[in-house]
Amino acid sequence: MTLAIDIQHRLGTFLLDARFATRGGLVALFGRSGAGKTSLVNAIAGLIHPDRGSVTLGGVPLVDTQRGIFVPRHKRRLGYVFQEGRLFPHLTARQNLLYGRWFAPSAERREDLHRVVDLLGIGPLLDRRPGRLSGGEKQRVAIGRALLASPRLLLMDEPLASLDEARKAEILPYIERLRDESKVPIVYVSHSVAEVARLASTIVLLSEGKVAAVGATSEIMHRLDLFPLTGRAEAGAIVEATVESHDERFGLTELRSRAGLWKLPRLDASPGTRLRLRVRARDVMLARSAPADLSALNVLPGVVADIAAREGPIVEIRLDCNGEALLARLTRYSVERLGLAPGVPVYALVKSVALDRRSLSGPIASRSGADADADDR
Amino acid sequence: MDWMTLSPEEWTAVRLSLKVATVATLVSLPFGIAIAMVLARGRFGGLSLLNGLVLMPLILPPVVTGYILLILFGRRGPIGAFLADHFGIVFSFRWTGAALACGVMGFPLLVRAIRLSIEGVDARLEEAAGTLGANRAWVFATVTLPLIVPGIIAGMILCFAKAMGEFGATITFVSNIPGETQTLPSAIYTFTQVPGGDVGALRLTLVSIAIAMLALVASELMARLANRRLDIE
Repeated sequence: MTLAIDIQHRLGTFLLDARFATRGGLVALFGRSGAGKTSLVNAIAGLIHPDRGSVTLGGVPLVDTQRGIFVPRHKRRLGYVFQEGRLFPHLTARQNLLYGRWFAPSAERREDLHRVVDLLGIGPLLDRRPGRLSGGEKQRVAIGRALLASPRLLLMDEPLASLDEARKAEILPYIERLRDESKVPIVYVSHSVAEVARLASTIVLLSEGKVAAVGATSEIMHRLDLFPLTGRAEAGAIVEATVESHDERFGLTELRSRAGLWKLPRLDASPGTRLRLRVRARDVMLARSAPADLSALNVLPGVVADIAAREGPIVEIRLDCNGEALLARLTRYSVERLGLAPGVPVYALVKSVALDRRSLSGPIASRSGADADADDR
Repeated sequence: MDWMTLSPEEWTAVRLSLKVATVATLVSLPFGIAIAMVLARGRFGGLSLLNGLVLMPLILPPVVTGYILLILFGRRGPIGAFLADHFGIVFSFRWTGAALACGVMGFPLLVRAIRLSIEGVDARLEEAAGTLGANRAWVFATVTLPLIVPGIIAGMILCFAKAMGEFGATITFVSNIPGETQTLPSAIYTFTQVPGGDVGALRLTLVSIAIAMLALVASELMARLANRRLDIE
């Protein structure tokens, strides 16, 4: 379903001026706090009446100021998962879940309570009121409530922002399942590179109320010129990989990507499973010749594709490893010492232990997720 | 303990007071909720004017309020004549007039309690209900209303208590007719004006105290019940 947005809206001294169109999948509205992400989602949901412009979903206008169209929020049939959950405190989890379903036209009630309860693992919580749910549980109920309204589009405004790392790790797999199993397109607001890299199929990068870039997740994440906006410290490449085999003796898993073979701590995923691997630029070292006697297990040959022109001691470099992009973060000193320039062949070195559960997304059994959580701390 | 037994006339005054206060509270409730909603959530210029108008009976001397009611709702008053001619509703020198006077005097207390509790409801919950498909009326019925029940109870108790004790506006508007408009305070006042009426005044005073205590206890119980449903976080 196509979502086309073209709006201008002034909030005090802040001007939101956004124009983009996307189709299906999980679209991440990504940018720093104050970039206008929430305002944009509120405009889609009908909580803001934009000064000028239009919002169109699947060809149907939700707002069109020129034609005088403004569909009120309760008729838009969107599911909105708020940052703070906003569960109704006087209703049980079950009543919260069924609230929106009741207002959906019966012919359009696609979602079934049992399926959603299963998907989100909230069966044991149904008879509790929100006051007796943990933050993570509340957020899962909030997601279920939005889903059960059988929305045409699911809006998620930083649904994990108020949660700690363990709770995030608890909910992320459910959002992945949602993205892969339900047909509902999702607009997902976040300022976390890790979340966006893991979840998004398309990124809309916002900066100071304007759209700075729109594109496929790996494309946006690999653009060196966007690092000031996407966040330099957390920058990393996204590698599409397939599980090749397991090494039982050392507890390792081999992944195959276009760049070559990757060795990681053992994953619970059968051979053939497709995964998305995030390799942070700061975890990548470069060498001019093939290194010998090295502990790092991942050695991938490639060519320097681009070096970010930037002041300061640290420089980002994009490599082309047999068509797969990798990013490396080096000191300017090393870049000069190694004589790195576009076209120079190099070897990228990545420690296996730098690639943990958080750098992976895909259908991996939850046991490994719990293991990785423990490793994280 | 013979002196404790209420005479039939005194019983009449007690029953009348209870009837007047109950009717005054119940009839003003829907208006009170509506006005409180407008005051708490409304966004228009005349808001402070409306607020002042609602609070007026609290500030004006009750006799003045009673006299204004007499002018407006009396048999020949503009509103009184209209209601009498078209709907057969007569206020002057009837118990309905006493209920009107008590309702008007209790109204500011009712509105204030409900308004405060509406302002305590997170408007973002109402927004969330809207995105889930509920129109304004449904949002009010399923989210706002259940969350303000404690405030409504508190407002009703205050209004009821005020109505039970109302004297100045009532006696000015509908006078002091035994069996029709003589409420508890009027009856006590009458007793104090006749020789040997002290015992009767004392009896009715005790009754007043008992009713006030009962109302207070009932409100505590209901507020506790309403709060328990909300498991405050």
